[in-house]
Amino acid sequence: MAENFEKAIREICEQNANDHTRMMDIVREVQQRFGQVSSEAMDVIADAVNSHRVEVESVVSFYSFLSEKQKGKFVIRLCNDVIDKMQGVDKVAQAFQEELGINFGESTADGKFTLEWTPCIGMCDQAPAALVNDKMITRLSSDSAREIVKTLLENEDENRLTHMIGDGNNANPLVNSMVNNNIREEGPVIFAELEAGKAIHKALAMSAVEVIRDVKTARLRGRGGAGFPTGMKWEFTRGADGDEKVVICNADEGEPGTFKDRVVLTEKPDLMFEGMTIAGYAIGAQTGVVYLRGEYAYLRSYLENILAERRNANLLGNNILGKEGFNFDIRIQMGAGAYICGEETALISSCEGLRGDPKNRPPFPAQKGYLTLPTSVNNVETFCCVAQIVDKGAGWFAEMGSKGSSGTKLLSISGDCIRPGVYELPFGIVISDMLEKAGAVDAYAVQIGGPSGQLIGKADFNRTICYDDVATGGAVMIFNKDRNPLEIAHEFMEFFCEESCGYCTPCRAGNELIKERLEVIMRGEGTPEDLTYLEQLGNTVAVSSRCGLGQTSPNPVLTSLKNFRGEYEKLVKENKDGMQRTFDIHKALATGEELQGRKSVIYAD
Amino acid sequence: MAKPKIATASLAGCFGCHMSLLDIDDRILKLVELVDFDKSPVDDIKKFTGRITVGLIEGGCCNEENVHNLQYFRENCDILVSLGECAIMGGIPAMRNTIPLKECLDEAYLNGPTVYNPSGKIPGDKDLPLILDKVYPCHEVVKMDYHLPGCPPSADLIWQALVALLENKPMDLPYEVIKYD
Repeated sequence: MAENFEKAIREICEQNANDHTRMMDIVREVQQRFGQVSSEAMDVIADAVNSHRVEVESVVSFYSFLSEKQKGKFVIRLCNDVIDKMQGVDKVAQAFQEELGINFGESTADGKFTLEWTPCIGMCDQAPAALVNDKMITRLSSDSAREIVKTLLENEDENRLTHMIGDGNNANPLVNSMVNNNIREEGPVIFAELEAGKAIHKALAMSAVEVIRDVKTARLRGRGGAGFPTGMKWEFTRGADGDEKVVICNADEGEPGTFKDRVVLTEKPDLMFEGMTIAGYAIGAQTGVVYLRGEYAYLRSYLENILAERRNANLLGNNILGKEGFNFDIRIQMGAGAYICGEETALISSCEGLRGDPKNRPPFPAQKGYLTLPTSVNNVETFCCVAQIVDKGAGWFAEMGSKGSSGTKLLSISGDCIRPGVYELPFGIVISDMLEKAGAVDAYAVQIGGPSGQLIGKADFNRTICYDDVATGGAVMIFNKDRNPLEIAHEFMEFFCEESCGYCTPCRAGNELIKERLEVIMRGEGTPEDLTYLEQLGNTVAVSSRCGLGQTSPNPVLTSLKNFRGEYEKLVKENKDGMQRTFDIHKALATGEELQGRKSVIYAD
Repeated sequence: MAKPKIATASLAGCFGCHMSLLDIDDRILKLVELVDFDKSPVDDIKKFTGRITVGLIEGGCCNEENVHNLQYFRENCDILVSLGECAIMGGIPAMRNTIPLKECLDEAYLNGPTVYNPSGKIPGDKDLPLILDKVYPCHEVVKMDYHLPGCPPSADLIWQALVALLENKPMDLPYEVIKYD
């Protein structure tokens, strides 16, 4: 038994060439096969790949989809982001708990089920949603939750859970998912047709420098949220020392409320791969990696199949489309449930088989990235734009959108609106127009750019979506008058506290302190000084954190303080006598009174 | 014009911070010229005799008497200062905060290897203040205006802070007086 176990683990390592930089693939496979990466397994892996046990353990303990403890045969991960909560995930959670007789974070005694919470899984437009192993289950109700447990008990097969098949390529046999695209508005860039290989063909007719020049002329900026000029990033990477270079596609959309990349990956994967290949040509790279978030594992075999088709068509591989010496191929790297891996240097760490810790900059990835090779990390949507720019021309692209932000933007709209889903809209669109399209008739607050973005109120609805005004990676969450901005901010702070990698103190401790003080205010025990404290601490965390997570994590509190100050001021009271209202002497004394066997005389009621 | 008053208290502390206060050496003569000492363990005055300008608190709150005393200080002091690690963060006494109170008291009065306690009871005499569920730093109980770090804060730090507060001048605390490693 033990020998067989060791043999199986060694086989998995061998399939990955005993390469420690493929640690993610190894431990994912072990997890899938055995429902855990046990202590013994870690020892075997460390030995097989010639690494240290602590290296393996650091990876296993970091990612939420990996565990040292035995997980059930079916792991049910229920999404608990703010939109799911608005759509009644609590009732679903209760139904699961009742049916399984366990709490969240526990497994059933027979080893069949594990029940867990998970942050946003990219299904806000069809919430509440859950993952059952790799299977995506959307639009849950308490009834369907009970049905799921019943089906799994009877059939022991999560594939039996999909009754309704979603639209578009969700119905593709390789996807076979109940997920819906909910594409509400198709624009001229992402959702326009482009024959596979056409843009590569055009790119190969130009020199690499000319391709980069076109991307620059089109004034394309990164679609992930930060908006760095893509052409410039490519130029840096191309110019960096070394012959080997790498193109990475960031498909780790973990920002709560974002799901546009999921739709692109489902409907427009060819366009994305086309853009990556062009990037490979422009930069002079041989290797392409798509970092796909673990939650989207259901798309993997479908994407692998498209990659195989492209290899057959000589759109990938050696001497692509007859261009002598242009060799480029793409592999898919699966993530394992860590929001921080959407940050490019953390993503690179993860691709290298490490914990998803951000790296210090400089050196920037363009200088020293994946395995110290010059690397360009771009968003899914950015690559799609590139393919269209090369095909239809930089001028065509630059004419769309607003002055500083050319082209269109995919927006993932969810929350209190009639038409949640994906919209491709030109940059510069006025927020109120966007809300009207989505059918958000009574919007009170809108979170733009996900938790790391900003919460804005009616006064800002006349502003525009673009890099120079309200920038966004694509998430738009709409809240009506019944929602409390403080609760929204608190939800997001909980998320950041959970997802902080813990490396730097401002982020690890600062976010906890922000959350605690926010809770004090929400309980009605706050003072006006607490608002100042939140602002000061928020700015400190933003300024002194090591990576983008901590630099943006105070935003929900800072922007709601700015735009919904009245809601905060309603709750705080001047502390005139200097006694802290958060301190309850009777509560603090209760245990002592019991143990010491008498009531307090000083603090008699 | 009457001299401003200062008062001090040691709550759940070790009196180390008070010792450090005495470490100001001959400057204590200058201090006496500057202020009157009111309620303090130094002179054993039990009740405030009037409004206090600066109150120095050593130690956090581990029992009801600490809380009561601290609140009494807050009511009577214009400026209240957390003096040293225990007042600021709970310090050594707060090490029990990670252990349930029952476990702590059982170990101390019932199960400890050197305990002799035929009654088998945890002491509950009315002259003993009741213990709190955990040790609270001062600012969690009342509003504290300043925090002087250190274990103990050095005499120079206490001196310079006190003089600045009493003369209403900005504090000049060079790195040397707040550096502890």
